[in-house]
Amino acid sequence: MTAQAVSGFGFGDRLRRIGAILLRHAYLARSSWIRVFDLMYWPLLQMIIWGFINTFLATQSSWVLRAGGLFIGAVLLWDVLVRGQFGMTLSLLEEMWSRNFANLFVAPLRPVEYALALMSLSVVRSLVGVLPAAFIAIPLFAYSIFDLGLPLVAFYAILMMTGWAVGLLMCAMLIRFGLAAESFAWASIFLLAPICGVYYPVTTLPEWLQVIAWALPPTHVFEGMRALVIDGVFRGDLMVSAIAINLVYIAGSLAVFLFAFERARERGQLLQTGE
Amino acid sequence: MPAATPVIEVEGLTKNYKTVTAVDGVSFAIRGGQITGLLGGNGAGKTTTISMLLGLLVPSAGSIRIFGEDMLRHRYRVLPRLNFSSPYVDLPHRLTVRENLTVFAKLYGLPQAGPRIIELAADLELGELLDRKSGNLSSGQKTRVALAKAMLNRPELLLLDEPTASLDPDTADWVRSYLERYARETHASILLASHNMSEVERLCADVLMMKAGRIVDRGAPQELVSRYGRGTLEEVFLDIARERRTPQEAAQ
Repeated sequence: MTAQAVSGFGFGDRLRRIGAILLRHAYLARSSWIRVFDLMYWPLLQMIIWGFINTFLATQSSWVLRAGGLFIGAVLLWDVLVRGQFGMTLSLLEEMWSRNFANLFVAPLRPVEYALALMSLSVVRSLVGVLPAAFIAIPLFAYSIFDLGLPLVAFYAILMMTGWAVGLLMCAMLIRFGLAAESFAWASIFLLAPICGVYYPVTTLPEWLQVIAWALPPTHVFEGMRALVIDGVFRGDLMVSAIAINLVYIAGSLAVFLFAFERARERGQLLQTGE
Repeated sequence: MPAATPVIEVEGLTKNYKTVTAVDGVSFAIRGGQITGLLGGNGAGKTTTISMLLGLLVPSAGSIRIFGEDMLRHRYRVLPRLNFSSPYVDLPHRLTVRENLTVFAKLYGLPQAGPRIIELAADLELGELLDRKSGNLSSGQKTRVALAKAMLNRPELLLLDEPTASLDPDTADWVRSYLERYARETHASILLASHNMSEVERLCADVLMMKAGRIVDRGAPQELVSRYGRGTLEEVFLDIARERRTPQEAAQ
């Protein structure tokens, strides 16, 4: 008797296995509208709060008035980063909660294919989460982030890449420490918020902290956005350096993820993915 | 008819955790085309052995060859030809049975997922359950769905960890009959870890008795029963578990 299954190493075989993981999460989203609503809820709420702050400050400061919906743009881009990371960890947590992990890895799914599936899911989840807030900001605050034009694509790509790098690290931690690490997986990304100048220029930070800030790709995006909105200048140099730093971080995070996976195989944590 | 070539060859298999040796230098070979039982009490090392065979757990020492391939080096060549089911693993509850089977059919690269799912639904009497959420099923129904997942790729080797645990006698009997039929019709090999002596006596042509991480005895169920001078396999199990009679004494 011949087995029907295919464990090809070809590009098409890999794509098919990645597609199977995406399909699994598409089925989940279809069966649970609350999960989809949950994706949109925080970006929407954040956008509304910062929209009103922006409206108020515009009446007090000519700088804010001149900068248009600077804070709304900042909060929407910040949410791209947050949703990018959450999109990865949440997808992994769904497998852990449903005790499905061992089933996946007894099938011919490679860890690197699973990581690529998580990255793809994070793109989908970030778009589902942030796009409704971006569209609602247009009638509500007369602000369209899409007016940023093509640079918005660069901002989005860079923030997603950072989301992947942090997401891979958090997934590694979840695989290694199980659900005990769940709270940290949710909270970790917010460590970047005060440092990467989401709402204020990086020069506001103490000098020693600025060094750290410039090592974070989101800093380049938020500085780039302010340069574009306030001075009308697109800082391509910031984008190139952000992409280069991101590539290093993603490579490092992927190595940590694969290492954590192998350690989990040594410790028997793929079969028991609880606490 | 069992094939002469071993499907599984294990040599010196060991798994150490910090202070515990879960599996201690186990060696065995399993011929193709038969059902083999892995029998032992709680903590005997059955699940750990199966996890290492599946590649979910890396051994501390020893070698595993499945279908002649080194499982530690060429795992992905072997995985498409085997499958497993375990009560420690579940399928996503929010997905319907059909959705879960479709996802795994794609993971295994089945060219005709739909017809295979329909075929399995008929075999395992899942027709009415296909569009129900997996989380809403009874234990017996979940076991049948888990078996359907395990059968999707028509495995040549099936590793089952306590396949009838927590099932009522009727459902357990149904599952055993299904496994007997599958092994007979496809000549697949099944390695079955169980606490259930009557199940092992009924299904298995060969039994590996495990205790404290080691294989302490081996033989056909009737052979073990007569060697120990007992009436049932359960009594043999108790002799070994309570050290009333060692395998060496039984052999003499």
